[in-house]
Amino acid sequence: MKILVPVKRVVDYNVKVRVKADGTGIETAGVKMSMNPFDEIGVEEAVRLKEKGAATEIVAVSMGVPQCAETIRTALAMGADRGILVETDAELQPLAVAKLLKAIAEKEQPKLIILGKQAIDDDMNATGQMLAALLGWPQGTFASKITIEGDGITVTREVDGGLETVALTLPAIITTDLRLNEPRYASLPNIMKARKKPIDNLKPADLGVDPKPRLTTVKVAEPPKRKAGVKVGSVAELVEKLKTEAKVI
Amino acid sequence: MTDTDILDSIDAFLARDVVPHVHRLEHDDIYPEAIVERMRELGLFGATIAASFGGLGLPCATYADIVERIARVWMSLSGIFNSHLIMSAIVQRNGTEAQKRAFLPRFASAELRGGLALTEPDCGTDLQAIRVTARRDGDAYVVNGTKTWISNGIHGSCFALLVKTDPNAEPRHRGMSMLLAEKGAGFTVSRKLEKLGYKGIDSAELVFDDYRVPVDRLIGGIEGRGLQHALSGLELGRINVAARGVGIAQAALDESLRYAQVRRTFGVPIAQHQAIQLKLADMATRTEAARLLVRRAAELYDRGDRCDMEAGMAKLFATEAALENATEAMRVHGGYGYSTEFPIERLYRDAPLLVIGEGTNELQRIIIARQLVARNPV
Repeated sequence: MKILVPVKRVVDYNVKVRVKADGTGIETAGVKMSMNPFDEIGVEEAVRLKEKGAATEIVAVSMGVPQCAETIRTALAMGADRGILVETDAELQPLAVAKLLKAIAEKEQPKLIILGKQAIDDDMNATGQMLAALLGWPQGTFASKITIEGDGITVTREVDGGLETVALTLPAIITTDLRLNEPRYASLPNIMKARKKPIDNLKPADLGVDPKPRLTTVKVAEPPKRKAGVKVGSVAELVEKLKTEAKVI
Repeated sequence: MTDTDILDSIDAFLARDVVPHVHRLEHDDIYPEAIVERMRELGLFGATIAASFGGLGLPCATYADIVERIARVWMSLSGIFNSHLIMSAIVQRNGTEAQKRAFLPRFASAELRGGLALTEPDCGTDLQAIRVTARRDGDAYVVNGTKTWISNGIHGSCFALLVKTDPNAEPRHRGMSMLLAEKGAGFTVSRKLEKLGYKGIDSAELVFDDYRVPVDRLIGGIEGRGLQHALSGLELGRINVAARGVGIAQAALDESLRYAQVRRTFGVPIAQHQAIQLKLADMATRTEAARLLVRRAAELYDRGDRCDMEAGMAKLFATEAALENATEAMRVHGGYGYSTEFPIERLYRDAPLLVIGEGTNELQRIIIARQLVARNPV
């Protein structure tokens, strides 16, 4: 079984992001970039499936600027077998990414595509669902546990108020939630080996997709600064303040 | 290709598997068994061993960055693979082909771990004064004597052992040789040495009593080259100790910078007081200067150029920076710096080792001065 794992290059989760002065986006110049943490969970799950013998090949895909190759290398160091980089300077929105992934899926014929449930930069939470719709494949989103049995896959999903278990027929789409696994960090020998693994370089046109944005970003602004809180001496005082000052009860 | 991917993995390892345990292991002086296992899986024991012998073949510059990062979190951990890799470098540079093939892959996989056995109770920096003897007897050397302060002495199993094969030779170094000594009959660890800092890692006294080493374990196969072999590992050794110094200096700065913005006196964070600002500025400048000296020495080493003077300068400056920054960090932290609940006192206990070990800083100055004169004759 072949698994496709899309990985997105995002601002590292440790970085305190700053909004650009002109309000068009966030500052990325000189900022540490890493693999989207939810995608790391996806790579880890794919590698575990391969280690268990349930998968034979893992292909990591990334899209965007040439440096996305570094993100693919991270996936290769964790255990993916080869990479595909779709290089473009265009701003990529979920629908464009889903269309590009659909074209790659048709070419590669994977049985399973494991995506992060969302990327920590724009928090869109859309690509996996759009891809499932475009391909007409079943989807198990927000997965916290997956089990492959024959031609099917059982997915435990984290939904509001509890867990939902769904059974899907392969090929299928999975999007990962935080509790699916704890991703490994690559060993140094595997990092060295990953430098020799192949990465195919494509352009959106090679896949017959026009990645032009369909949404316009109007403005990016910082959230308002939080004001200092107050300490209350008793529950009675708290209730009083909630009534008279905050006016929420 | 840059090695940021390697450093990212080191950071992930430190954050997940080391940071949560340092305080307990250090204070109880416990050998970090589980962490060493993770270091083995990470591949650290083969970091600078050539790829053709199963190592990673990393350049010294990357290696120095790795050592800095690890020392920033817990210096003792770097000791567990540093002397192991110096032993490996000595074999890689001076060993016979058969020795390289027999030992380097096992060093790289950490199947055999160990370090250097140079220092004796009566001699450290003056290596030519060693007294451990190796007498040829048929196809073996018979070793007798005592080594001390041997890192990894208890948990390691193979050591680059400096001996006198001819105790009467003049000049003395012509009678010195180096053996690859695996633990066996006649090779015992007499005790674990207690230390001010550098806890967790085993520093031991090794006793040799009619311990037999096959003659094919004589590094390079020729007697009388022992001192040269030991010295050939020292450039890497000094760069490595210098990198530890940068790590300690940076850790002291990191802690101070954080604390100075949180701790308030007279209504403002202490980082707004000039007295603290002057300290922070000097600490940061020293750290950065030390890092650049280490990088410079490592680059020369990677080019294959002679770098004993540059490595000595890096060692001297970076380890003094570590000591000064640790002391200044304690002043910035006040009582909290003196408390064993915070990491400053550990940096304060670890830093002095660096100015003493791997050739005292007094000796580094002499080496630097001699090189200055030798390179600039009138």
